[in-house]
Amino acid sequence: MKIERREFLKLAGLSAIFGLGGTAIAASVQQTPSYIPDPKELTGKRWALVINMDKFKTDADVKRVIEVCHTKHNVPNIPNPKQEVKWIFTEMMENVFPEQQDKYLTEHYKHMPFLTLCNHCANPPCVRVCPTQATFKRKSDGIVMMDMHRCIGCRFCMAGCPYGARSLNWIDPRPYLDPKKINPEFPTRMKGVVEKCTLCYELIAVGKIPACAEASNGAIVFGDLEDPKSEVRKVLAETYTIRRKPELGTRPSVYYVIGGMKDAGKGA
Amino acid sequence: MLERALNGGKLYWTWIGFLLAVFGVGFLFYLQQWNVGLGITGMSRDVSWGFYISQFTFLVGIAASGVMVVLPFYLHDYKAFGRITILGEFLAIPAVIMCVTFIVVDLGQPYRAMNVIFHPSPSSILFYDTIVLNGYLLLNLLVGWTCLHAEKKSIAPPKWVKPFIILSIIWAPSIHTVTAFIYAGIPGKHFWLTAVMAARFLASAFASGPALLLILALIVRKFSKFDPGSEAIQTLGKIVTYCMILNVFLLGLELFTAFYSGIPGHMHAWEYLYAGIDGKGVLVPLMWLSAILAAVSISMLVFPQVRKNETLLAIACVCVFFSLWIDKGFGLVVGGFVPNSFEQVTEYWPTLAEFSIAMGVWALGFLILTVLYKVAVSIKEESGGEAIH
Repeated sequence: MKIERREFLKLAGLSAIFGLGGTAIAASVQQTPSYIPDPKELTGKRWALVINMDKFKTDADVKRVIEVCHTKHNVPNIPNPKQEVKWIFTEMMENVFPEQQDKYLTEHYKHMPFLTLCNHCANPPCVRVCPTQATFKRKSDGIVMMDMHRCIGCRFCMAGCPYGARSLNWIDPRPYLDPKKINPEFPTRMKGVVEKCTLCYELIAVGKIPACAEASNGAIVFGDLEDPKSEVRKVLAETYTIRRKPELGTRPSVYYVIGGMKDAGKGA
Repeated sequence: MLERALNGGKLYWTWIGFLLAVFGVGFLFYLQQWNVGLGITGMSRDVSWGFYISQFTFLVGIAASGVMVVLPFYLHDYKAFGRITILGEFLAIPAVIMCVTFIVVDLGQPYRAMNVIFHPSPSSILFYDTIVLNGYLLLNLLVGWTCLHAEKKSIAPPKWVKPFIILSIIWAPSIHTVTAFIYAGIPGKHFWLTAVMAARFLASAFASGPALLLILALIVRKFSKFDPGSEAIQTLGKIVTYCMILNVFLLGLELFTAFYSGIPGHMHAWEYLYAGIDGKGVLVPLMWLSAILAAVSISMLVFPQVRKNETLLAIACVCVFFSLWIDKGFGLVVGGFVPNSFEQVTEYWPTLAEFSIAMGVWALGFLILTVLYKVAVSIKEESGGEAIH
């Protein structure tokens, strides 16, 4: 694209020299409007999520969150678990936090399914290892993005991610989309590229919060980690939270509330 | 000089035909992979690198090991290696070509491979790997071809080639160090996150590469009038012995750190590879075969009397080669992914298609090797085999 534009400018320059009205063309090129963000766009320096699994009343509530995300982003439903593509999914607490494994851990948490997704790390190893910058951290708000048109499918990022958050399209994903539910607003993918949660950047751009937080009835809180007045900071100040594998220095932006249920002691 | 590869007997052409057939089968399966995607392999969301990347890793070592004959000859004027330096250089060329081919067949979007050049990313180890591998290929082509051309004319190689030879000597360890860094710099993969990874890579490379070279030298002697010389073969045998012992020593260091510290994450991959976890252990027999082959080879190689018997030496070298091929060309990569980041075990085994594609790449490599060796050996047969420098 860049080359084409450069060629065009060269042509415009040449025609200007020959007095063929090139100046007018060049002027119109300069006037090409640049991207104007939606005035409703949410702005933050480092977006984060705080997940409180205790606030999910039933398994159906958890499933709904996954369903909403996967439908909105045209994530295929591939039955073979080895070739699954998933952006947000559940694993037992002892698998999400393997270093916390303890046979005496309260049953309430031990086998509780925990939602897990891309942690949008402040120091993301996937970005570091990517040989084409197809995955990159957005400077403005810290979202770890995916350019699926640039990805060569080398899967270095999948090896690099310590959270199992990334999926390769081992096969063409399109036959595994429900034709009735395809979201025309979001691109579908082709085989051979890696994908993952991109924190609903497309919703943030029009002033909406990520779909999982929206569908969670308050169990997932979204906000700017660097804004002391944000809702996530309020939760972090008031409750005990943990992050996945913080010892690796990745600085995840997804927090989990532990013991957040006011009457957890009585209930469990 | 290449036309010399067209002069061969029935056995030569049968071998070429065989390699072409294996390559053809691999190519057909690759067309299937091109159409369907990497889904035709045994790889998965959890074990996202498999046989292709393991072969790549192993072959970088083979490529780097050429330095083990080039260095003594050029830096220490060790004349016995003068007869086989070209065999070392001409082994490195197909090895690097196989490496690059394995990377390409492993890509989900192979026709976007040039994105690595268009969007260079100096933070990625693959960026450096691209540079060092291609650089090493060019260096070996340049040096090998120029020196052989000089030998054909019975003159000393031109002076300008010497700096390139020195550069290739420094360059060789770098290709395997960078390849080790692909693994050793990843947080959260305890099996790979080890400072001795590059050292282990080099030790195993300098055992498996010379072992293969020694076998190739014996084959050359059997099928041509060119004799690589028994002194060169004996010295290669010593190199294999020391490097294999060093490799097993480094492996022992890994085991000590993992099991004496008792840190679960550090032990899990070893437990999976050598014992299996939760009844899952498809690699266990293979890993033990590797361990047994290593033990057998070392217990043969340490005795000079055994090494002096070229048949026994060849058998020991075959053991070394396959032991390390299993260890590095299979276990090392898969072990890093098992258990996965959720401490669950997803097993990996290559599919027929995947295996055939890999064998196709090997056949391509051996085809190039055969042609290069044929050219080199036919010139050696005329010149008497002594390289001048």
